[in-house]
Amino acid sequence: MTADVLGYDEALAAFDPVLGLEVHVELNTASKMFCGCANAFGGEPNTQTCPVCLGLPGSLPVVNATAIESAIRIGLALNCQIADWCRFARKNYFYPDMTKDFQTSQYDEPIAFDGWVDLDVDGETFRIEIERAHMEEDAGKLVHVGGSTGRIGGAEYSLVDYNRAGTPLVEIVTRPITGTGAKAPQVAKAYVSFLRDLMLSLGVSDVRMEQGSLRCDANVSLMPRGATQFGLRTETKNVNSLRSVERALTYEIQRQAAVLSGGGKVHQETRHWHEDGGYTTPGRSKEQAEDYRYFPEPDLVPVAPSREWVEQLRGTLPELPAVRRARLQGEWGFTDLELQDAVNAGALDVIEATVAAGASAQAARKWWLTELARRANEAGVELGELAITPEQVAQVQALVDAGTVNDKLARQVIEGVLAGEGSPADVVAGRGLAVVSDDGALSAAVDAAIAANPDVAQRIREGKLQAAGALIGAVMKDLRGQADAARVRELVLARLA
Amino acid sequence: MSILRSTAADLAGSIAAGDVSAREVTQAHLDQIGAVDGAVKAFLHVDTDRALAAADAVDAKRAAGEKLGPLAGVPLAMKDIFTLKGAPTTCGSRILEGWVPPYNSTITDKLLDAGVVVLGKTNMDEFAMGSSTENSGYFTTHNPWDNTRIPGGSGGGSAAALAAFESPLAVGTDTGGSIRQPASVTGTVGVKPTYGATSRYGVVAMASSLDTPGPCARTVLDAALLHSVIAGWDPRDSTSINAPVPDVVGAARHGDVRGLKIGVVTEFGGEGYQPGVEQRFREALATLEGLGAEIVEVSCPHFEYALAAYYLIMPSEVSSNLARFDAMRYGLRVGDDGVNGVEDVMNLTRGAGFGSEAKRRIIIGTYALSSGYYDAYYGSAQKVRTLITRDFDAAFGTVDVLVSPTTPTTAFTIGERVDDPLAMYKADLCTIPSNLAGNCAISIPCGLSPDDGLPVGFQVMAPALADDRLYRVGAALERELTRRWGGGMLDQLADSDAGAYLNLSQAGGVR
Repeated sequence: MTADVLGYDEALAAFDPVLGLEVHVELNTASKMFCGCANAFGGEPNTQTCPVCLGLPGSLPVVNATAIESAIRIGLALNCQIADWCRFARKNYFYPDMTKDFQTSQYDEPIAFDGWVDLDVDGETFRIEIERAHMEEDAGKLVHVGGSTGRIGGAEYSLVDYNRAGTPLVEIVTRPITGTGAKAPQVAKAYVSFLRDLMLSLGVSDVRMEQGSLRCDANVSLMPRGATQFGLRTETKNVNSLRSVERALTYEIQRQAAVLSGGGKVHQETRHWHEDGGYTTPGRSKEQAEDYRYFPEPDLVPVAPSREWVEQLRGTLPELPAVRRARLQGEWGFTDLELQDAVNAGALDVIEATVAAGASAQAARKWWLTELARRANEAGVELGELAITPEQVAQVQALVDAGTVNDKLARQVIEGVLAGEGSPADVVAGRGLAVVSDDGALSAAVDAAIAANPDVAQRIREGKLQAAGALIGAVMKDLRGQADAARVRELVLARLA
Repeated sequence: MSILRSTAADLAGSIAAGDVSAREVTQAHLDQIGAVDGAVKAFLHVDTDRALAAADAVDAKRAAGEKLGPLAGVPLAMKDIFTLKGAPTTCGSRILEGWVPPYNSTITDKLLDAGVVVLGKTNMDEFAMGSSTENSGYFTTHNPWDNTRIPGGSGGGSAAALAAFESPLAVGTDTGGSIRQPASVTGTVGVKPTYGATSRYGVVAMASSLDTPGPCARTVLDAALLHSVIAGWDPRDSTSINAPVPDVVGAARHGDVRGLKIGVVTEFGGEGYQPGVEQRFREALATLEGLGAEIVEVSCPHFEYALAAYYLIMPSEVSSNLARFDAMRYGLRVGDDGVNGVEDVMNLTRGAGFGSEAKRRIIIGTYALSSGYYDAYYGSAQKVRTLITRDFDAAFGTVDVLVSPTTPTTAFTIGERVDDPLAMYKADLCTIPSNLAGNCAISIPCGLSPDDGLPVGFQVMAPALADDRLYRVGAALERELTRRWGGGMLDQLADSDAGAYLNLSQAGGVR
C-alpha cells in the first residue's frame, strides 16, 4: 500500500510545504446541539435519541445556548472577532449517518473569525492565522459489519448508532500556514497540542483524540522552494493522536515530493491515515466534490450575541498559554533555554503540579526532563501518560531532601512506582532502598574498608584527602549504594584524622 | 338545532351546560363521516375509538364538576401533516405509509389538553404541495358543493370535512394558501396566522420559512376560538414568536369595521379572474363600506413577482426538507433485497414513494440551490421576498388591512389542471404574498359566484401579530352576509338540492 516516498531532507530541499488544519472539537455540553438528549460518549446504541436528533418528520431544532457560549469563548481565546449576527446553514447530502440527510452547520457566517495564535517550536515562533471557528452538529456513527477492512466498501451490512447525532462541534479552520519549512509537521503537532490544552483550560471539551472528541484533518500541499503559488493539496483524515499528526504530515510531504519529483501531479483528494503502517491511502476525490447546496437553515433564528455578553464571556477566559509561560518562567526562575526545553517536552503541566506538591522548580524540572523524559520516550508516551503522578515525583524529591534516599536510589524508587509497586514510600520499604544512616553499620563498613585498603588509609593519614574517594567507593559498594556518601566521607576522615 | 349544523361555539356551550354529551356530539359526527365520506373522501384515517374515548373523558370531567375549556368536547378533523402519537401520519404521501409517530405536535397537545376531540386525519396534497388534493398519494377529495370539483388544496380534506358537516373544526397548514384557498372554494373560513404565532413543532415540514399552521371552521368565531387554543409561543420551535396572542375571540365577537381603513390590492384583479368572483368581491367591499369602513385602492407593485419567488424559495426548502425520506429509518422501503446498496435503496424508495409534484419541486429546488445558480435563483427570490415585505409595510402604513379575492376562480373541476402545473400554481396567486412576508390573512365566504353557483372567498390580510384585525373584518362581513342570506354560507349547501346527500335539511336534524 505504501507509495514511493522521497527522503524527508531531500523533499524539504526541493519543496516548501503549506499546511491547513481543520480541527473538530466536540463540546462537553450536558445536552446535544439542537435537542435535550444527553451528550455523552458511549451508551447503548440509539438510547440517547429523541424525535429531534433522529430527524423524525415534524421535529425541529432549537440551539443549545451553552454550545454558543463555548463557541464564543473558543473564538475569543483564539483572538477571533465574534459575529454580531450569524446563521446556521444546511449542508445537504444523503448518507445514512445523517438523520435529516442534511447537516446543520454554519457555512459563510461563522460565529468567530479572523483570529491568530503564536506557537513556539524549538525556540522559533510561528503565527497561525485562524480563518474561522464555526458551530455544527456531529453525525451518527456507522459500524460496517463483514468485509475485511471495517470500512463501507465490502461490508455485508452496516449498523448505525445515532447517540452521537447532534453532538455539538466547533470546527476551527486555519488560513494556509506557510514558512514552516522542515518544521511543518512539528508546527502542526504543536498547534493541535495547543488547541487541546486550550480546550482543557477553557473547560469546553474533553478533547480525547482517541474517542474522537478532538479530530484533526491535516491539509498539506507542496510548492517548489521560493514559489508563491500553492500546489494542489491533500486532506488527511483519521489522524487520531498528536503523534499521528506529525507522522501523517511527514509522510504526506515525502509522498507528494516523490510524486512531484517524478514529474507527476498531486491529486486534490481526501486521504486516509493508517496508523499501524504509517502511510496514507486515497479516499474521496475532491475534484468530484459534492455540491452541498448550502442555504440558511430556515428552522433556526439567527444567533445574535450581544456585545455585553461577549465581553462578559471574555472575562471568563482562563490564562492563555503564552501568558502562562511568561508567568511560570518568572515564578520558577528558569532560563529561556530551560523553559523552552520544558515546553518542547510538554512538561509545563507536570512541573507545575510537582512544584505545587512541594518540590522545588529545579528539582521538578530535573526529574521530568531527564529520568522521566527518558522513560516516556522509551515507552512512546507523553509525560502526562506515565504511571507516576506529579505528587509522587514531589514525594521522591522529598525523600532525597530528607536524606532517606540518594539520587541513585531515587531513580530506583521511580522505577518501582512506574512498575506499580505503590507510592514512593511503599517502594522504599518494599525494596529496602533507604540509605543506611545507622552510624554503627556505617562504622563497621568503614573499618572494613580501611582494613582492606591499608595503603589508601595511609595516604589519607598523610594528608592526601582526595584519596578518600576510593574508601568511600568501597563502603558504598559494600552497602549496595544505600548510604549517604557525605556521611561516609565524614566517618572515613574522622577515623583517619 | 341539529348537532351537525351547530357551530363549535354552540356545541361547546351545550356540552358544558349538559344539554348534550360530548359522546353524542362525537358519535353524530362519526355517523356523518360514515354516511357521506364515501362520496366526499375527506378522511385518510378515522379514529373512532380514540375520538369516543376523548369524548368520554370530557363527559367524565364535566360530571366531576371540572371546568371545561371553550372547545371541550368539540370534534376536529386534523390535516394528516400534524403528528398524533399512535395514529398514522402520511402527509398524503406513500413514502410515509405505515409510519406511526411516537410523539405529538405541539398543536396536537394543545388540542388534546383543551379537550378537543380528534376524529381522524384528513386528506391533503402530498406533503402539502398542491391546490386540489389531486396530488395525494391516496385519493382525491371531492368538493361537497359539487363532487366533480376539487375541494382546494393542500388542505382540501379538512375544508371538505367542514363543508360536508363531518366536523365543525379542522386544523391545516398554510404555506402558500393551503388553508385559505380550500376555505375559499368550499365556502368555509380559513386563517393563516402570523408566521411564528402557531408552533410548527410536529408539523411535517414542506417549506419551513413559510409553513403556518392555522384554524379552519365554518364561522369566524369558531375559527377564532380554535386560533386561541392552538396559538402561542413554543420553546420547541425556534421560529415561534414569544408574544401574547391577540384577542382574536374578542375581535370575532365584536366584529366592527367602523373607521377601519381597508386597502384593495390593485394588482389582484382583471385578467385571469373569474367575473363572478370579482363581482362578489366588489359586493363584499360595498358591504364593508356600508358598515362604516373606508375603502381605498393600494398598489403593491412587487406582488406580481410573488409567485415566481415563491416557486424558487419553497422548492429549495422542499428539496432539503424531503431529503430525510430515504427508507433508512421509517416509512416505505423499496429494493432492500440484500443485493442493492444503500444508495440504490434510497433511489428506488424515493422514486416509488414520491408523486410527480413532489419530485418536480425537489428537482426545481435542488437546481435552484446548486452552486453557480444559487445567487440567480434562491438569492434573487429572497430579494423579491424582501421587496414584497416592503410593499406590505408601505401599505400597512396607510391602511389597516388589505383585501383581495382569496383565489382567482371558484373550484375548478377534478382533472382540469393536473397536466398544467402553472395553472394549478395560479390558484395561490393572491395568498402567496402573505406567506412570503410572514403576516396573517383570512378567507371568509362572500357568496356564490353567479356564473357557476360555487363559493367565493374574500381575503383579508393584516400586519404580523395583528391577527385580531382579520377576525374583526371577517366577523363584521360574516354577520351582515348571514343576515342577508338568512343563514350561513354552508346552510345554503345543506338546504339545497345539491346538498341533499348530506341529509341535513332542518327538518331532518338530529335534535
